Amino acid sequence: MIKATNVTKRYSQKLALDAIDLSIPKGSVYGLLGPNGAGKTSFIRIMNQITAPDEGQVYFGDRALQPRDIARIGYLPEERGLYKKMKVGEQVLYLARLKGLSTAEAKLRAKKWFERLEMVDFWEKKVEDLSKGMAQKVQFVTTVLHEPELLIFDEPFTGFDPINTNLIKREILRLSEDGATVIFSTHRMESVEEICDHIGLINNGQVMVEGPLLDIRKRYQNGTYSFVVKEAVVHWGEGTLLQESKHHTGHSYTVKFESYPGTVVSELAAKGTLVAFEEVLPSVQDIFIEIVENGAKLAEHE
Amino acid sequence: MCKIFLLRLSRTAQNWPNMNNPILLIIQREFLSRVRKRTFLLVTILGPLVFAALLIVPGILASMPEEDKNIIVLDEAALIVPEKGKNEYQLEYLDPRENDLGTAKKFLGESSYDALLYIPTGENWDPDFIKNNILLFGKEDPSINMVQFLDGVVEDRLNKEKLLRNGVDPEVVAQSTTQVSIRSYTIGKDDEEDQQSATGLKMGLGYLAGVLIYFFIFLYAVMVMRGVIEEKSNRIVEVIISSVRPFQLMMGKILGIGAVGVAQFIIWVVLSGGVYFVVTNFLFPEMIATQAAAGPEGSGLNPVTGFEIYDQLRAINFPLILSGFVFYFFGGYFLYSAMFAALGSAIDQEADSQQFMMPVTVPMIIALVTAANVIQDPNGDLAFWMSMIPFTAPISMMIRLPFGIPIWEVILSGAILIVTFFAMVALASKIYRVGILMYGKKVTWKELYKWLKH
Repeated sequence: MIKATNVTKRYSQKLALDAIDLSIPKGSVYGLLGPNGAGKTSFIRIMNQITAPDEGQVYFGDRALQPRDIARIGYLPEERGLYKKMKVGEQVLYLARLKGLSTAEAKLRAKKWFERLEMVDFWEKKVEDLSKGMAQKVQFVTTVLHEPELLIFDEPFTGFDPINTNLIKREILRLSEDGATVIFSTHRMESVEEICDHIGLINNGQVMVEGPLLDIRKRYQNGTYSFVVKEAVVHWGEGTLLQESKHHTGHSYTVKFESYPGTVVSELAAKGTLVAFEEVLPSVQDIFIEIVENGAKLAEHE
Repeated sequence: MCKIFLLRLSRTAQNWPNMNNPILLIIQREFLSRVRKRTFLLVTILGPLVFAALLIVPGILASMPEEDKNIIVLDEAALIVPEKGKNEYQLEYLDPRENDLGTAKKFLGESSYDALLYIPTGENWDPDFIKNNILLFGKEDPSINMVQFLDGVVEDRLNKEKLLRNGVDPEVVAQSTTQVSIRSYTIGKDDEEDQQSATGLKMGLGYLAGVLIYFFIFLYAVMVMRGVIEEKSNRIVEVIISSVRPFQLMMGKILGIGAVGVAQFIIWVVLSGGVYFVVTNFLFPEMIATQAAAGPEGSGLNPVTGFEIYDQLRAINFPLILSGFVFYFFGGYFLYSAMFAALGSAIDQEADSQQFMMPVTVPMIIALVTAANVIQDPNGDLAFWMSMIPFTAPISMMIRLPFGIPIWEVILSGAILIVTFFAMVALASKIYRVGILMYGKKVTWKELYKWLKH
């Protein structure tokens, strides 16, 4: 859906994006992750053509990004808001028409969304008379009303209350199922881990790792396994015990091995005490720290 | 510069093949959201009323009769004795054989009279002694009008008395007094008729046009700045510029608010005209006539008859002034609103705008301050250069326009203004597109300069 090659952006002295290559597959839920100031928003603004890259090229589909493509993108910026003195309905129509919808079409779609999110009675109200949660719903509807093929959310869950967060997560996943490509950009990596299928990790304007989330987690698998056993285990052979806990069904252990712990598993299984055994994949957060400390690992086929 | 500008506009049109041209949409929103406000209605309707009041109230006040004043006169010199007074000043006399100043003052205190005029007689009934020793006592401070009236009465009598003493018949003097009223003309070029000049009228018109254009430019340019700050502090600006170019948003805002100005101006002209028509024709027809005649007199010019006013009005090129007003309003408004938009983009809160607004408005204030000099010599060097510098031209040129300016000067000044406007929009949009995405930063002039080079 989006392919960036060699994209570079400089702000006076600071290099915000340093020749990054990214590719965001069509239909994916893509996590654009990294700490604050990594360059996420700079890249998002380039996709939205708010700023232009100093070097490099961004492709939308199979051709270079064009001004008219912004009608196919829905963008919820980190700094977001609405005209306070304007009525909700008018505002929704205005923003939809700026994206190229006709008034009639915008009205039709807005009505559906307003019914769906139970906000029909907002229509005639001014934004300043809405509660924060209500305004957030309106903001979300304005982002998706023109049925964009690409949805970009910059820090989507900061400032949203928990109920709206869940509601909006649900709606975004529904849009994704309907075929939209979704980009989540956030510095809170754990918040999107469960919903993303692809990630790109950015730090200091550089892409550290990118690809399908599962592949990356497997690549950074470091020999950590979890065991649930009925009876306490004292010796783990070559393994290093990282964590243990006791609960009423038995004991849980997290142990790190140099290689696949086949013998340990078969011994425990033979004793008949092994209840569960699982490979522990590192979290994105762990991977990020690992990369910052030790550098990136190459994918095996590369 | 102009080419780039047009190119950008046309590119905009190409990229939006559907009906929703974003600039038009933005203009529409900016226009409607302001015109539908209650304050717009209020200002628009109260505006001409205030304006009409400014024109009419001083006239009403000046022509309002004072309360009748009864003045007692102790005329020991028998100078003005038979005079009864006039209008609101009634004179009544105390017998000088039965009263002196002391009893007269006491009488004034006990009676319902308002003032006491004391005219002493000197040795030999010396007019110069009398003139220097006339006293007026009032229960309150006597009004200027009353003093002027009494001065006039006494002066008239003393003049005649002095003439008689010098052996001159006052009648002869009255018949020999001549009032001169030179009628000046501007010579017509080629076959054109000579035109009667109307310096007073032109001065008034020039001042009015200059002040009005200052007022309008400032009013609407600040409105643009407020709009930009509002979008920034509402945090909606990034949502909008993910749909339209920052340049389009800025131009849409400037044009939309310009349209508000035009609408307001048209309503004002129509309403002012209506109110003025009603007032002059139905409410106080005779008063306006006297005021019109009295106006130029106060400014030291010759009294003008109704016929001459008509002639003078004909001497003024109203179509030129009106179209000049519209042109210089738009030129000045675009120029200043582009600057104000850039400033608005650089700040988060309206309260921070002061430090930036001051330097930007200085040229306009200079143009206003030098208005008197420009009017004194509408074709002088100062006037010329002030109307060539685009930042002062809208005001200075409007002040000069009623006096008849060589047409090449008008065209040159207009051309400079237009070119500067395009250059300013290009600069402003550079600052603007950086500024609107900056939050929580105290911006300095140096910073703005850096954004220009971004």
